[in-house]
Amino acid sequence: MSETTVSAPVSPGRAKFLRFLVRDAGVLLALVLITLFFSVTAPYFATSGNALKIFVQIAINTVLAAGMTFVILTGGIDLSVGSVLALCTVVGATVMIDENLSPAVAITLALLACMATGAVCGFLNGWISTRWKIPSFIVTLGMLNMAAGAARVVSDNSTITGLPQSFVDFGNLIIGGFLPSIFLVAVLVIAAGWFVLRFTVFGRMIFAVGTNDEAVRLSGHNPDFYKVAAFTISGLTAGIAAMVYLLRLNIGSPIAGVGYELNAIAAVIIGGTSLIGGKGSIIGTLVGACILQVLSTGLQLLGVGDNFKPIVIGLVIVLAVILDAYRERLLRKIR
Amino acid sequence: MDAILSLEGVGKIFPGAVALSDVSLSIARGETHIILGENGAGKSTLIKLLAGIYQPDSGAIAFNGQPYQPKTPHDAQQSGIRIVHQELNLLPYLSIAENLMLESLPRRAFGVVDRKALNSRAVALLEEVGLDIDPRTRVEALGVAQMQLVEIAKALSYDSKLLVLDEPTATLTPPEIERLFSIIKRLKARGVTIIYISHRLHEVFEIGNRVTVLRNGRLVATRDLEGLAVPDLVRMMIGRDIADEYGFDARVVPGKVALSVANLKRDASTPDISFAVRHGEILGVAGLVGSGRTEAMRALFGADPKLDGVVEIDGKPVAIAAPKDAVRHGLSLLTEDRKGQGLLLDMAVDKNITITDLSKVSRNGLLNRRAEAAAANDLVGQLRVKASSIEQAVRNLSGGNQQKVVLAKWLFRGTSTLILDEPTRGVDIGARREIYQLLWMLAAQQKGIIMVSSDLPELMGMCHRIIVFSKNRIVGEVPRSDFDQERILSLAYQEYVRP
Ligand SMILES: Nc1ncnc2c1ncn2[C@@H]1O[C@H](COP(=O)(O)OP(=O)(O)OP(=O)(O)O)[C@@H](O)[C@H]1O
Ligand SMILES: [Mg+2]
Repeated sequence: MSETTVSAPVSPGRAKFLRFLVRDAGVLLALVLITLFFSVTAPYFATSGNALKIFVQIAINTVLAAGMTFVILTGGIDLSVGSVLALCTVVGATVMIDENLSPAVAITLALLACMATGAVCGFLNGWISTRWKIPSFIVTLGMLNMAAGAARVVSDNSTITGLPQSFVDFGNLIIGGFLPSIFLVAVLVIAAGWFVLRFTVFGRMIFAVGTNDEAVRLSGHNPDFYKVAAFTISGLTAGIAAMVYLLRLNIGSPIAGVGYELNAIAAVIIGGTSLIGGKGSIIGTLVGACILQVLSTGLQLLGVGDNFKPIVIGLVIVLAVILDAYRERLLRKIR
Repeated sequence: MDAILSLEGVGKIFPGAVALSDVSLSIARGETHIILGENGAGKSTLIKLLAGIYQPDSGAIAFNGQPYQPKTPHDAQQSGIRIVHQELNLLPYLSIAENLMLESLPRRAFGVVDRKALNSRAVALLEEVGLDIDPRTRVEALGVAQMQLVEIAKALSYDSKLLVLDEPTATLTPPEIERLFSIIKRLKARGVTIIYISHRLHEVFEIGNRVTVLRNGRLVATRDLEGLAVPDLVRMMIGRDIADEYGFDARVVPGKVALSVANLKRDASTPDISFAVRHGEILGVAGLVGSGRTEAMRALFGADPKLDGVVEIDGKPVAIAAPKDAVRHGLSLLTEDRKGQGLLLDMAVDKNITITDLSKVSRNGLLNRRAEAAAANDLVGQLRVKASSIEQAVRNLSGGNQQKVVLAKWLFRGTSTLILDEPTRGVDIGARREIYQLLWMLAAQQKGIIMVSSDLPELMGMCHRIIVFSKNRIVGEVPRSDFDQERILSLAYQEYVRP
C-alpha cells in the first residue's frame, strides 16, 4: 500500500484527531460552554449543592438513553421506554414490599424482576418489528400504550409505597460527599455500553447493521438478531432505570415516566448519534443528557418560567440536529 | 482549436490525498475525449469538478470561453453539461419513468403528474438505450447494468452541449455497448462534445478522437488516438507493459465437483437451471444484461427466496435458506452492486474487510484491533488498494478501489467456493492483473470459482468453461477449446430472437 499511497497533506493521525474534535469534542465543548454561561449568569448555579442535584436528576435519563443509543445506532427508535419504566417500577415495588422476604432477598428479586420485565418488553418490540417488518416507531408506540396499561393493572392503578429502609437509604447515599449512588449506577451503565460498543464483536455488528443491513446480511449474518438484541438492551436499561427511579423517589407508580422516552431520544441525538443509524457514541449520549439537565436547571435558576423552558430546550434539540447534519459534512471531508 | 472546455492548472486536495494537481487540458468542440488512468488517478474527481459537486482548490475552468464555476450540480445542468456518474444515483423507491424525468415531471392542471405522458416518454427513452422493461417498474428491482442504462437514458432526456460518461460500460455486455456507441456517434454527428472514461481499453478506439491520461492526479499526456494501440495506452497509464493480461494457468486442473446446483427454480415463471463447478475450476457465466445470471446466483446463495432446487457441496445436499447458511457451508458471494449490497460506505476500510468473519480477529467476543489492522493491511497491500489509511471511510475511495475492498472482504473470509459477480467492475488494468493472479492462486488451492462477468474477453481469458444464460435459462456450455466470441454471443441472444 505504501508505494501507491498519495503523499498526504493531512496525515492519518491528524485526520483521526480532527475526527475526534468534530465528532466527540464538539458536544463536550458545548456542555462546558453552557455550564460556564450559567455559572456566570445564574445565582447558585455554581455551587456543589446544585452540582449534586444535577447528578441526581440526570441518572434516570442517562440509563434510559444508554439503551436508546443501541436502538438508534441500528436505525430504530424506541418510544416505549417511559411506560416500560412505569411498568417496571410497579413490578419492582410490588416484589420489594413482600413481607415474607428479607430486605436483601426482596431487593435482589426486585432488581431481577425489573430487568426481566424490561427485557421482555424490549424483546417483543424488536421481535415484532423485525418479524413482520413493521417500523419500530409503530411497534414501540403500541408497546408504550400496552406497558402503561399493564402498569395500571399490576398496581391496581395506585402508587406503591413502603420500600425497605435499607433500599431507601442506599438511594440517598452520596458516596464521598460528591458522588450520588444513583449517578454511579448511571455511569456504570454508560461504561458497560461504551465497552460493548467499542471493544466487542457485538458492538461492531450494531454499527454495521445501522450502516447497511443488507450488506451485513449478504456477508453471512442475521441483521435481525442484532436489531432484536438492541431493543432488548433498551428494555433492559428501562428496567434498570426503573430501579433508579425507585431509589430516587421511593414509590412505584403507574404514571411514572410519562414523556421520558422523548428526553432519552433527545439526549442521544444531542450526543451526536445519527437518527439514520450507524454513527454515534454512547459517551456523547452521557454528555447529551448532561446538556439537557444543565439547561433545564440553569434556566430555572435564571428565573425563566416553566412555560418558556420547554421552548428553549426544544430549540436546543433542533439546533443539535442541524449541527449534526453540518458535522456529518465536515466529517466526510476529514475522512 | 475551438475549445468548448478548458482547464488551467486545476488542483483538488482531500485530507489524505491529492486527487488532482496542476491539470491543464482543453476539450475541442465536437470531439469525443477519452480520459484514462489507474484507480484513484483522479478521473472522477475531475468530472465532479465539472459537475459542481466539488470546487477546485486551485486553477480555473472555462466553458464556452466563459469562466465556469458551478456551485451545485444544478448550475452544471443549466450550463448544458450532463453527467452520468460512475456511482449510480437513482432513487430506488421511485419508478424508472419517475427517475428519468424527475427534474421536469410532465404535469396537468393543479400540478398533478401526467402519468400517461410520463410513461410514454419513458418508453421512448428506454427504447433508445435498448432497455425493454416496463417504465413503471421500481428502480430497486433492477440489476446494476439496467440501472446504468437508466442513468444513460436520463442523461439523454435533455439536450446538452457536453455529455460526460464516467465508466458507463463497466457492467454492460457487448450488445448494450454497441447500442451505446451508436448513440454516442449520433450525438457526435449532432455536434455534442463527449468526455468518456473507461477501463476497457479496447473499446475507446471506436469512439474516441483524443485521449488524456492521468496518473496520481497529474496529467501524463494528451494525444490523438489515431496511431495508438492498447499497449501504448497501458504504458501511459501505469508506466510499464502488461504482457499476458489474464495469465491462464494451465497447471491448474479442475478436480472433483465442489458445488452443484440441480433444478434451481426462482419462482413459478422462471425455468429451472442446473450447473456445477469443480474444485480448482474457474467457471464463467455469460449472458446479456438482465438474462438472470445475477438472480440465479443470489437465489443459490440464499439472498433471494427460491422455490425449488437442490444445492450440493462436495456431493452432500445442503439447505440454504439465507446467506448465513451459504457462508457457513463455505460459499461466498461478491455482489455486483457494491454500493447497495457490498459495502458499509461510512465505515472504515478495515471494518469492511473483517465483517465477513470477525471471529478471526476476536477472542471470546472481544475484538483484537491490532490483529484486525494487520489482516486488513495485508489484504490492502495484496490488492494495492489506494487509501490514505485503513481507517479511511470506504465512501471516499475511488470506484475501483471500493471494488477491491469488496473483493478483499471475501478473500478475508477465505471460503472454499467463491461466486464473483462482476469482480473487476471498474478496476484498472494493472489491478485487474493482480486480481487475476490472485484468482489463479485460489484456483491452485483447489477452490471453486464462479465468475459472472459482462466482459466477454475477460471470461474467455480466465475460464475453463463458460455457461451462457439467455432469458433466465442456461442455453449452453462452451468448453475452453471452443471459446469464440460470436458463438457465445449468439447463444446469449438465442431466447430473445426466438418467436
Ligand atoms: N471525498 C473524498 N475524500 C477523500 N479522498 C477522496 C475523496 N474523493 C476522492 N478521494 C481520493 O482522491 C483520489 C482520486 O479519486 P477518483 O475517484 O477521482 O479516482 P478515479 O480516477 O475516478 O478512480 P477509479 O478508476 O477507481 O474510479 C483517490 O485517491 C481517492 O481516494
Ligand atoms: Mg472513478
